[in-house]
Amino acid sequence: MLQVADLGCARGGVPVLKGVTFDVDQGQALILRGPNGIGKTTLLRTLAGLQPAIAGTVTFPEDEGAYASHADGIKTALTVTENLKFWADVHGAPLADDIFATFDLSDLRDRVGGTLSAGQKRRLGLARLGVIGRKVLFLDEPTVSLDAFSVKRFADWLQNRHLAAGGIAVIATHIDLGLAAPELDLSPFKAALDASGGADEAFL
Amino acid sequence: MIALLMRDLRLAFRAGGGFGLGLAFFLIVVVLVPFGVGPETELLSRIAPGILWVASLLAALLSLDRIFALDYEDGSLSLLATSPLPLEGVALMKALAHWLTTGLPLTLAAPLMGFLLSLAPEAYVYLFVSLLIGTPALSMIGTFGAALTVGIRRGGLLLSLLVLPLYVPTLIFGAETVRRGAEGLDPTGAGILMAGITAGCFAFLPFATAATLRINLR
Repeated sequence: MLQVADLGCARGGVPVLKGVTFDVDQGQALILRGPNGIGKTTLLRTLAGLQPAIAGTVTFPEDEGAYASHADGIKTALTVTENLKFWADVHGAPLADDIFATFDLSDLRDRVGGTLSAGQKRRLGLARLGVIGRKVLFLDEPTVSLDAFSVKRFADWLQNRHLAAGGIAVIATHIDLGLAAPELDLSPFKAALDASGGADEAFL
Repeated sequence: MIALLMRDLRLAFRAGGGFGLGLAFFLIVVVLVPFGVGPETELLSRIAPGILWVASLLAALLSLDRIFALDYEDGSLSLLATSPLPLEGVALMKALAHWLTTGLPLTLAAPLMGFLLSLAPEAYVYLFVSLLIGTPALSMIGTFGAALTVGIRRGGLLLSLLVLPLYVPTLIFGAETVRRGAEGLDPTGAGILMAGITAGCFAFLPFATAATLRINLR
């Protein structure tokens, strides 16, 4: 369902990855590994269409991609329910009641976003993924500031609800989520520093 | 898209949303003018159209940098860009929300402020109509400027410098409409030109804003 062929991506005009090729089938997840700065975030943003690829192609069903990063997009002046309701409305999806239980937010429904702890905010940010009903998820460090219990809960949701329903997830993470998913180390795809550096030499 | 509009309005009215700041600023500027130029009613009544238009323009400018900056900081803008909403629609809704929270209150309050500046009685209706037609252009141009400066630290001042020159046509024709109305001349020409600017802004700028956002989100 997700095909990535010979993808090259750049950050701030500097190529960071090239020749990235992988397929992810329906109901499968892919874990991206690699040291800090290798370009996991850049790759995920390119896959999600937030920045253009410098080479190669990304194919997945149109209007099925969703991106989630360190920034959860939580409005501090809105309550937990209002935050989720907004994303549900934007995606034209209903706000199912069980989502609060799934992400352990039942007691926080009427709390204002600004008063949530970092971990609670993260859970709210992840709950958005359960609300919007998109099939192809690009997750950038989804478990930052979550405790072990919440990580388990999120992994359960991912495995038993999202992937089981035929969804796809590409996840950049440094911890073990406990998913039965193949891992892709990005180190071999590192773009050489002078990959596009030829331009300068003409002026020297 | 309605969901986005409702969210922005709700955020504006909640604590820290900044609703009313523009209006209060407008009020204070207009009240300060008689202190500055003296209380001669004849002079005040002559400069009233210009003062009222300049003051509403500055008031509209105040809240522009919030249009996209907050959504950019908390990540909502990236999420909106990957949502089914077209960014053009996002731009339009943002401009509309800005107008409903600044332009419309300004328009409603301006006749009252005209009284403080002893605006000619015939001019009130033109003041109201010109602001009603002109302030949406201010919001739309401002939204475009906000998209240009999104992601820039302390971009507010740069935003003002970019946007103020673009406000000049609306200001000229807006104030001219009111002045002509006050002097009993036919204001339709200036009014129609201003309406044309507004229509043009809403036809083109959502696309320009969306293109700018796409580049700034990279």
